[in-house]
Amino acid sequence: MHDKSGFVEAAAFFVPAEAVIVTMLAYVVRRLCGAIPTLAVIVALSFVMTRLAPGGPFDEEQALAPEIRANLEAAYGLDQPVAVQFGRYVAGLLHGDFGPSYKFRDFTVTELISSGLPVSLTIGAAAILLAILLGIPAGIWAALRQDQLADRLVMSLAVAGISVPVFVIAPFLALVFGIWLHWLPVAGWVPGRSGDLVLPVVTLALPVIAYLARLMRGSLLEVLRAPWIRAARARGLPPHRILLLHALPGALLPVVSYLGPAVAAVLTGSLVVETIFGLPGMGRHLVQGALNRDYTLVMGMVIVYATLMITLNLMADLVYAWLDPRIRRERRL
Amino acid sequence: MSGRGSLWRDALARLAGNRVALVSLAILALMVVAAVVGPLLLDYRQDEIDWANMAVPPFSAAGHWLGTDRLGRDLLVRTLHGLRVSMGIALLATLVSLAIGVSWGAVAGYLRGRTDALMMRVVDVLYALPQVFFVIILTVVFGRSPATLLVAIGAFGWLTMARIVRGQAMALRECEFVEAAIVGGAGTARIVIRHIIPNLLGPVIVFATLTVPQVILVESFLSFLGIGIQEPLASLGNLIADGAVEMETATWILAVPAAYLVLLVFCFNFLGDGLRDALDPRDH
Repeated sequence: MHDKSGFVEAAAFFVPAEAVIVTMLAYVVRRLCGAIPTLAVIVALSFVMTRLAPGGPFDEEQALAPEIRANLEAAYGLDQPVAVQFGRYVAGLLHGDFGPSYKFRDFTVTELISSGLPVSLTIGAAAILLAILLGIPAGIWAALRQDQLADRLVMSLAVAGISVPVFVIAPFLALVFGIWLHWLPVAGWVPGRSGDLVLPVVTLALPVIAYLARLMRGSLLEVLRAPWIRAARARGLPPHRILLLHALPGALLPVVSYLGPAVAAVLTGSLVVETIFGLPGMGRHLVQGALNRDYTLVMGMVIVYATLMITLNLMADLVYAWLDPRIRRERRL
Repeated sequence: MSGRGSLWRDALARLAGNRVALVSLAILALMVVAAVVGPLLLDYRQDEIDWANMAVPPFSAAGHWLGTDRLGRDLLVRTLHGLRVSMGIALLATLVSLAIGVSWGAVAGYLRGRTDALMMRVVDVLYALPQVFFVIILTVVFGRSPATLLVAIGAFGWLTMARIVRGQAMALRECEFVEAAIVGGAGTARIVIRHIIPNLLGPVIVFATLTVPQVILVESFLSFLGIGIQEPLASLGNLIADGAVEMETATWILAVPAAYLVLLVFCFNFLGDGLRDALDPRDH
């Protein structure tokens, strides 16, 4: 693979497009085969962990009468052996049924998930989009003005954005833009009122913007030192052509590889953002469930979050593989 | 032995030339001293209520340097206690992950073969789990105590350390001094403990320094959500959560712990970067 002559690279260049699709398919299948056992481990682990819990879900301050307790446990299937309970749970999961919530007695976990998921996905997707639209250009700008004022400014902001956690940024932004300036609503969610989403989305996006800017700057600076860029300059190509066609495609790869961790950061941050800004998303349900020790709710939410994370990570990796010729052509020659 | 000594001396010299890292180290030392000694020198206890001075701003009431919260508890004392708890958990959890990660990685990297593949497979699977969410499950299951937090965070923190150490160990075992030790009749345990692990110290120190702020952030994140450290114990996270509720009328209750947390994380990150530059000059 790592021949210095460039012969392999040159030969790979002439492989027909169908072959590329076939290797990509093989890559997709291989990655999917890795993701499914991980999901199984997550489901099994979260089930086992909640069963390890000392005390049952109906232990409250006032002890229940034994008959009522027995009835409750029978109603929720908790009187069955653990293996049977696990089997039922997995069978339910496969049909999209996450079981009843132990504390919100009127809702099933599936109902809570399907009401919260659209909210969380909306702010998450908007945050990632915003981060890409702002972080990458900021990084490019800083790289092109290396060691000048603009670069220093962008990089100091980036260090701040990385070090200041979401749960400090969120109240701070709410204070400045909501309470002092009255520009934006501080909390609440009315479907269709987009102003409600500005602060949550910006809060979630800021750390990702900072990481993307730093990564983009670093990788672009590295690529700009490469011999083929010097060659392009020597051939007298205009600077914007060199940047767009020669430097950026390669420099973007590390940035794309960060998208997976970025998704994880945004999903984790959404717990804080939904709690602070009072959005009825999955994150808030998870936090409420954790505070109430609502095992089925927490388990269901964790499984959905994990599935989201693994799926989106997989998609980010596939984009990376598709962009990176070294992986795209892997195993062919 | 003299070779290793000079490596560390060089690193120290490089670190001494890095002003940002030195300032960070000084601030961190100051914060540790303040967190340990400070509450003893101040007049109030962390849960003591001053009925005459509720929610007073900084520097306005005698004895309350940074003001009080809405219950009249001294904010500086509570913040220093929070610093104690947050730093204590972070240092202990980092030590836990250090111990597991270094031994796991060193053994896997040294033994190689099937043992290595199996051990690293475990790391891969755990790595793929959304860790914060499993920490949340653990706190739900085992109650929200500092000990649960410590174990839960430490249980996941060692994975990256194991990977780093394994890579280093694989490279080190090819070195001549290891061959010499084998020829000299040293057993596996002795080689790992006396020859491999001491040579891993550089990257391990760097990574540990960068792990501490991560742990501080996870702990305060959970405490902020109410899942971590519980009242009346203070942690930087639940102090910030308290402050966020009151920010409309009493901004300082949010600003003081937030400033401490940000400063803490900044300093650890700068120190970690400085140590990396000092111990691993190859990149520069």
